[in-house]
Amino acid sequence: MHGLAFDVAHLLSGSLVLISLMLLYQDRLYSLLNIFAFHAVFLAFAVAWQAFIQGAPHLYVTAAIALAFKGIVIPVSLHRMVQRLGIHRQIETVVGIGPTMLFGICLVALSIMVMLPVTEQADALTQEDLAFALSVVLLGLLMMVTRRNAVSQIVGFMSLENGLILAAAGAKGMPLVVEISIAFSVLIALIVIGIFLFRIRERFDTVDVQVLDRFRGEQP
Amino acid sequence: MMPSGETAMAAVLIIPAIATLLLAVISSYQAGATINVVATALTLCASSLLVAVRPAPTLYLHVDDFNIFLVVLNTFVAFTTSVFSASYIAHELSTGRLTPGYLRFYHAMYQVLMLAMNVALLANNIGLMWVAIELATLTTVLMVGIYRTPAALEAAWKYFILGSVGIALALFGTILVYLAARPTMGQGMESMAWTLLVSHAASFDPALLNLAFVFLLLGYGTKVGLAPLHAWLPDAHAEGPTPISAVLSGLLLNVALYVLLRFKILLTANAAALAPGALMIGMGLVSLIFAALMLYRRRDIKRMFAYSSIEHMGIITFAFGMGGPLASFAGLFHMTMHSLTKSAIFFAVGHVSQAKGTQKIADIRGLTESHPILGWGLVLGVIAIAGMPPFGIFMSEFLIISSTFAREPLLAIPLVLGLLIGIGALVLRMQGLAFGPASQPNTPVEASYVPLFAHLALVFAAGVFLPDALVSWFRTVATMIG
Repeated sequence: MHGLAFDVAHLLSGSLVLISLMLLYQDRLYSLLNIFAFHAVFLAFAVAWQAFIQGAPHLYVTAAIALAFKGIVIPVSLHRMVQRLGIHRQIETVVGIGPTMLFGICLVALSIMVMLPVTEQADALTQEDLAFALSVVLLGLLMMVTRRNAVSQIVGFMSLENGLILAAAGAKGMPLVVEISIAFSVLIALIVIGIFLFRIRERFDTVDVQVLDRFRGEQP
Repeated sequence: MMPSGETAMAAVLIIPAIATLLLAVISSYQAGATINVVATALTLCASSLLVAVRPAPTLYLHVDDFNIFLVVLNTFVAFTTSVFSASYIAHELSTGRLTPGYLRFYHAMYQVLMLAMNVALLANNIGLMWVAIELATLTTVLMVGIYRTPAALEAAWKYFILGSVGIALALFGTILVYLAARPTMGQGMESMAWTLLVSHAASFDPALLNLAFVFLLLGYGTKVGLAPLHAWLPDAHAEGPTPISAVLSGLLLNVALYVLLRFKILLTANAAALAPGALMIGMGLVSLIFAALMLYRRRDIKRMFAYSSIEHMGIITFAFGMGGPLASFAGLFHMTMHSLTKSAIFFAVGHVSQAKGTQKIADIRGLTESHPILGWGLVLGVIAIAGMPPFGIFMSEFLIISSTFAREPLLAIPLVLGLLIGIGALVLRMQGLAFGPASQPNTPVEASYVPLFAHLALVFAAGVFLPDALVSWFRTVATMIG
């Protein structure tokens, strides 16, 4: 299994983890969206490469959807939305960049330490793919926790979903779920963009979730 | 002529789908409400047929002793809730909280939710199960935010974020289960079919299964509302329309727990994998005690009963975590009883908050005086949910406690403590709500009390006498769950 096929897969999923880490410290919405587009493009490459080495043509569809929707359509429309809402200023982070990055590195180490021993029976490719995928998922979670802005929370969630798709593509021969999960991620993105942001905007003139917190039901 | 099992199963799924399309195009809200009731009634008929004739399992769908019971319960509560919803929603329209356009959306979403839950219950494919739970999450997110008040939007957003994180973790767990199955069962659809997985589970890699279960427990556990992943639940219950609170508490939490139990069976079938019981017991007890304590400080009536749902889901998870024929039996029984009682309470609460024009507990007083039928219905519901005899929840809680005392007396102490704390809070609040001089305003309620009292009657009947057929049925399923 070692050789070019392995190295390229390794490189692609490794860069996905790297871009996830880059997402963590973007403090402007525009650059955040640009980096997310990169994330999706690399996911598309990684999935396409899996399709090629596994000889699984249906994965090309997955890759194409990732490229078209997550790489182009969603970043562009979010870009426009950010512009229209006039919120292209700084993102407030709950934790500072330094601690966040350190924590992110710990999460990557954790997922490698968890996944590698557990998947010993599987081949090296699946093994490393899963470790990377789990890192991307955990980094996405971290991002959702440390951000207060609704747009960056969505970006965090979509990067998390990219990790899942990487895992699903790496699990050789996994049927059905890849296509459906992508259809759903698109649905989620549409729902989020279409309904929540506009409604939130309509009501609050802001998409800062911290402001929403004031409306929690239980204040006397 | 008796229709075949396949037809009945198809009907359970197709009727909500057709109803969704119909409701999406019909603009009159009266017609919408009627179609909603008719569709859920038809689905109930189809699901009852499934009890008699059972289709052969396919790679995607199957019917067995475990899910058939939940499908019937689900479609029954869906039917009664749609009856309640019809009278509830008319009032919302007249007070202007909802517009006809939103009502059309609401009815269509109601049927999508039914479809999603039925698919989740009938699915044999663990991928399909996941998709159905995701669909159910998305529809409920939209319905929770339907009032578009700041609080409703906040609740929907929180639910969306936490729910999607849970769903994402569950998908990762599902992928890991597939990976565990692949070496023995090969690639392809077979490695995702639950019935086949369970027969091969003994030869799976235990380490992968363990890891998968942790993800699945955290993921689907979020949907069940287990502490510390429950944060979405009270907000979603309090801010959405009350029929949706009833469906969330009575059905969706059960469905998520059902999916979790399917994976528990898978893990139990592998001798080398970790015993899932300990994790479930831990999360169950934490949820129970946490929610029972939280009950005291609630100011919002729907939020209070939402915490009570967390408490009961904790009890049920604890019971299944204990395992064994008796505890699992009690868990199943409690699941049924909680579903019926909690939805009945929400029916009552829905009318109460409309009559009083508020959800604040402090502003609702003397219900038995101003609205005798409604007030006493609520009192009976609270007595039932607190676990007082002669209602069914008393029986199931008694079974859980006694089986715990027999096997793990130390665990029984926090269990009983949590239950007592919960009862205290409910009795305390109920006194203020139901008795004393009535508070203003006192709008009369034009409501059908049939769903409320039908549920309470069933819970009462189950507490007094459980038919042998049902007992042997629960027993079979309890052995299956282990």
